Amino acid sequence: MTNNAPLLELREISYSYPGQNSPLLQNVNFKTDNEQIGVIGPNGSGKTTLFQIIMGLLQADDGKILLHGNTLETDKDFFRLRCTLGFLFQDSNDQLFSPTVLEDVAFGPLNHGATPREAREISILTLEKLGLKGFEERITHRLSGGEKKLVALATILSMTPKMLLLDEPSNNLDPTTRDRLITILREQELPHIIISHDLDFLASTCTRLFTMHNGQLLPCEEKELHSHEHVHPYGHKPHQHGT
Amino acid sequence: MLEEPFSIGSTPFHKRDPKVKLLSATAISLVLAVSSSMLVAGVGCIITAVLLLLSKPDPGLLFKRIFHVNIFTLFLWITLPLTYGGETIHFLFLNPSLDGIRLAMLISLKSNGILFCFIALIATSSTAALGHGMTQLGVPQKLSFLLLFSYRQLFVIQQEYQRLQRAALLRGFTPKNSLHTYRTYSHLFGMTLVKSWNRAERVQQAMVLRGFQGKLIPLNQQKSTRVDYYFLLTMLFLSLLLATLSFISISQYSP
Ligand SMILES: Nc1ncnc2c1ncn2[C@@H]1O[C@H](COP(=O)(O)OP(=O)(O)O)[C@@H](O)[C@H]1O
Ligand SMILES: [Mg+2]
Repeated sequence: MTNNAPLLELREISYSYPGQNSPLLQNVNFKTDNEQIGVIGPNGSGKTTLFQIIMGLLQADDGKILLHGNTLETDKDFFRLRCTLGFLFQDSNDQLFSPTVLEDVAFGPLNHGATPREAREISILTLEKLGLKGFEERITHRLSGGEKKLVALATILSMTPKMLLLDEPSNNLDPTTRDRLITILREQELPHIIISHDLDFLASTCTRLFTMHNGQLLPCEEKELHSHEHVHPYGHKPHQHGT
Repeated sequence: MLEEPFSIGSTPFHKRDPKVKLLSATAISLVLAVSSSMLVAGVGCIITAVLLLLSKPDPGLLFKRIFHVNIFTLFLWITLPLTYGGETIHFLFLNPSLDGIRLAMLISLKSNGILFCFIALIATSSTAALGHGMTQLGVPQKLSFLLLFSYRQLFVIQQEYQRLQRAALLRGFTPKNSLHTYRTYSHLFGMTLVKSWNRAERVQQAMVLRGFQGKLIPLNQQKSTRVDYYFLLTMLFLSLLLATLSFISISQYSP
């Protein structure tokens, strides 16, 4: 292991679902360290699939995933990866499964060996940081869509990940919650990869843009994100567009 | 909606350790279930009714639950007396069997007693707490998972079904007695199952991503207190009392 190995690296990742005649992902190469990356691409181009492969939920047909320069092979390696990367699902309904918010946020820390007391403390702190104070005993399946999204984010942040993978996080959020999410992401200062169709959202949370095209993850021209930011005097701050 | 309305409250019953309540409910309902003596069923029903009152359930909801269970016993009251045979009595224009009536009575008392006992002791804990309680009592993890996840999956299935049903309604679907209606409903059920399955799979993925390794660790680890032990002793004593009653009544009837 070298010290300057990137946090996450994909080498020649290929994947196709059973029954697909052309591969969905074809020799994806990608490297990221301390960056905030946005990924755009048409529906069905394999963005979510790529995230699932990174997290070890799907196994690539070919290629390697490296964490800090170490190739991931065993379940144990992926367990380590899952402590390091936090994955926010597209649909928060799939992510929340405990009866109460507090139990859900504490689930990760408890699995990682925290005592119930420590887990409770870190969960309350995380909720507080996301402006969700007082939500502890709320019933998860009765939250609003935006609240669910923020609680789902809390369940991941309570595991203190080193990097976030967010799958279309701003979908179906009202403008207020969307702005709140932008503020939170900027304050976290964690490296992240965000899949989104919402270019404004990406412009205010990311520094580099990739596009999913023909099974490959390709860097966009630097200009694209910048040109967007230049049009906006507040490009570097959370802002909202007239719709 | 699938809720746990009885689990909200602050009576001593709600505060008891779920382990203790599980053990108590098992003891009492076991005695009630295996006994065939009217005395045991009657006294048992009274005792459990007192327990139920002490747990202060919402009267409206309680009535509804009791009503649902007794639809079943009502059927027994209709069928058993008319079909059981043996000694009969005259009642209006019918000749109901005495043994049939006795049996219907016994079953009604037993099932209501067990129902009361479960509402007082089991329904006053949340399903999650019961699941953890079961694990702590040494019930295999698989069984308590089955309880916890069936419970959660029920919500999922219900929500998926409602979503699909709404989609159908919004497109002008009105149920009629027609082939179209039956086909639509069969598609609705089929899709509900498929979607719930997919969702269950994603929930499992979410759990694995958060370090789940086959063991649920409860956040609120309830420790049994002295009061819990006294409570358990009292309940076990009551069960024993009921069990003894059955010997008394047997020795009375047997020649
Ligand atoms: N479980 C699955 N089985 C088979 N095909 C799938 C499955 N999940 C997704 N696909 C297909 O793979 C393609 C990419 O899906 P996905 O990665 O979700 O795309 P994106 O997130 O970019 O919209 C789609 O055409 C989709 O139909
Ligand atoms: Mg997707």
